[in-house]
Amino acid sequence: MKRLSGWGRYPQIEAHERRSEDLARICEGVVLTRGLGRSYGDASLPPAGGHTVAASPLADRILEYSPASGVLRAEAGLSLEALNRSFLPRGCVVPVSPGTQHVTLGGMVAADVHGKNHHVDGCFGEHVRRLVMLMPDGRILEVSENHERELFHATLGGMGLTGHILEVEFRMKPVPSPWIRTETEPIADLEALAPRLSKAGETWPYTVAWVDCLGRGASYGRSVLIKGRWADGGDLPGRTPQPTIPRRRPRPLRLRAWFVRLFNALHHWRHKARRSALESPYEFFYPLDGVRNWNRFYGKRGFTQYQCVLPEETALPRFFELLRRERIRPFLCVVKDCGAQGRGMLSFPRPGVTVALDLPMHGTIQREVDLMNERVIEEGGRIYLAKDALTRAEHFRAMEPRLDAWSRVRLKWDPERTLRSAQSVRLLGDPA
Amino acid sequence: MNAVLLGATRGMGRALARLMAARKDRLFLLGRDADELQRSAHDLEALGAAGEVGFAQCDLERADGFAAALDRAQDALGRLETVVVTAAQFASQEELENDAALRDRLLTVNFTNTIHFCEEARRRLLEGGGGTLCVFSSVAGDRARKPVLLYGATKAGLSHYLNGLDHKFRRSGLKTVLIKPGFVRTSMTAGLPEPPFTGEPGQVARIALRALDRGKPVTYAPKIWRWVMFCVRLLPRAVMRRAKF
Repeated sequence: MKRLSGWGRYPQIEAHERRSEDLARICEGVVLTRGLGRSYGDASLPPAGGHTVAASPLADRILEYSPASGVLRAEAGLSLEALNRSFLPRGCVVPVSPGTQHVTLGGMVAADVHGKNHHVDGCFGEHVRRLVMLMPDGRILEVSENHERELFHATLGGMGLTGHILEVEFRMKPVPSPWIRTETEPIADLEALAPRLSKAGETWPYTVAWVDCLGRGASYGRSVLIKGRWADGGDLPGRTPQPTIPRRRPRPLRLRAWFVRLFNALHHWRHKARRSALESPYEFFYPLDGVRNWNRFYGKRGFTQYQCVLPEETALPRFFELLRRERIRPFLCVVKDCGAQGRGMLSFPRPGVTVALDLPMHGTIQREVDLMNERVIEEGGRIYLAKDALTRAEHFRAMEPRLDAWSRVRLKWDPERTLRSAQSVRLLGDPA
Repeated sequence: MNAVLLGATRGMGRALARLMAARKDRLFLLGRDADELQRSAHDLEALGAAGEVGFAQCDLERADGFAAALDRAQDALGRLETVVVTAAQFASQEELENDAALRDRLLTVNFTNTIHFCEEARRRLLEGGGGTLCVFSSVAGDRARKPVLLYGATKAGLSHYLNGLDHKFRRSGLKTVLIKPGFVRTSMTAGLPEPPFTGEPGQVARIALRALDRGKPVTYAPKIWRWVMFCVRLLPRAVMRRAKF
């Protein structure tokens, strides 16, 4: 037995974990497959009660790669980090990158991850051509747009509940150089944020904004808009960018509000004027990967990340007004505009603007999440399951009219609901 | 550099082969299962291995196949430069005590047949004017400990043999590189309670590759295990009788 938890270190569940290079073998009879456990909440955890999960990271081989077409097929445990290390020097990248590279391909499919380029390239699922899955009845199936299409769409963003993902095939994207040209600019208030994001998105493939939610008075809600594109043309460094290897720290100090406030002040002072730079893609896409175990900065109780998407731009100031009124003080807040909804039946992104907040766990966190969820329901938005640990079943149901269609597909393949997670027990009423 | 790897479809061997592929070495794989070999060969080619990654079946349980397998490797690579052995068996002390057939198999695979294989490889390397023979043993061979008594005994014998090769043939151009991994998080150790200083396959592979390039005779991985085992070797017999590890 081992204590498993997601990246937020809440909740923690006692379970058995199987690891092997032979993923299909260890998936037999388990309730769930997990990758590197980087989802924040309980999506990668089995229900409480000593269940067994399979861990995919040892199944990490590339099975096929064609340099001409860029098509790559690999075992589901292959990490984005390994792909970057091997393919960035060769001028190829995975078309969609989430905020960390310590994720597996299987996890990227299950959560249908999105990145700073969602407004142009969509989710990772849009680039997936084919999956090989082990179904709960023991069959191994190939699913794609042409074969078991419904199951394919239910699996993209299906949180691993529709079958065990064994192999993933997708197309890599060529890039002109391994560097990112960035531009940052300050935005003074929240009303301007969403319009400026979508304006920037017209010319930049990668955009995101960091919002200061701890500032007092007029500094509340100021943000830094970050834009980037793959650098092209002259005067680039000849070397290949290397990921920052985080230093080992014996015991991270607990993060305090005053420290974050200071950090935010410095950050905004630094980005007071528009500035451009050449950055390594590791810094640009995964700024927090440079800090080892940053999830421990939130202390023993852990933290939760709350991410929602709001369909209308004007909803953004209203949402922050709620945070301010209810004294919900996220240490980190990231805002990004989303493009079209993808193929995944239960994928998170939809047109609108998405907000992600880091909240340390404390006594009133459940109330805060409830309040935010109620607002999201009013606005017609929804939440991201890969982050969630605290949403109530009735709230989730109210924000997901797509749930019934997805459940029908899931139950068709797994009527007994043998595949389930702590999250699916909490949100979908699965048997524990 | 070119290298023949026995047991590189999984665990530490896989991690080592991938590092070698990333720096464009020429590789040839030996292993039990043709399907697995094929999959690993594709992986190594995609990661950058020079030319085509060939493979041949070679089962440590069947010593009569070793010569033919190494012949095929030699045909594919030309002169052999490096031979790496990471394959081995593992079973708990309890299983080994209760199951004579399993015990026989483990003793044969980890000791007798591994040495037969090394002898074949050594002969070829010396005929070609020298080269490197890298074998993964274990810290379990450093001191007799209750939970890994039989497994440790095979590894002790293997370490002893490799040290002997180093003494005898270093001058003729054969470099032997003995890697002693500590507890490493692989499928072999899945389900066992993790002691302190547990290593990752990738970390061990990086240390092993450095040792291999330098021709270092004995290397512990992760490195801390050198000092851990130094202390364990100093413990008096009375303590070892009582200790649980």
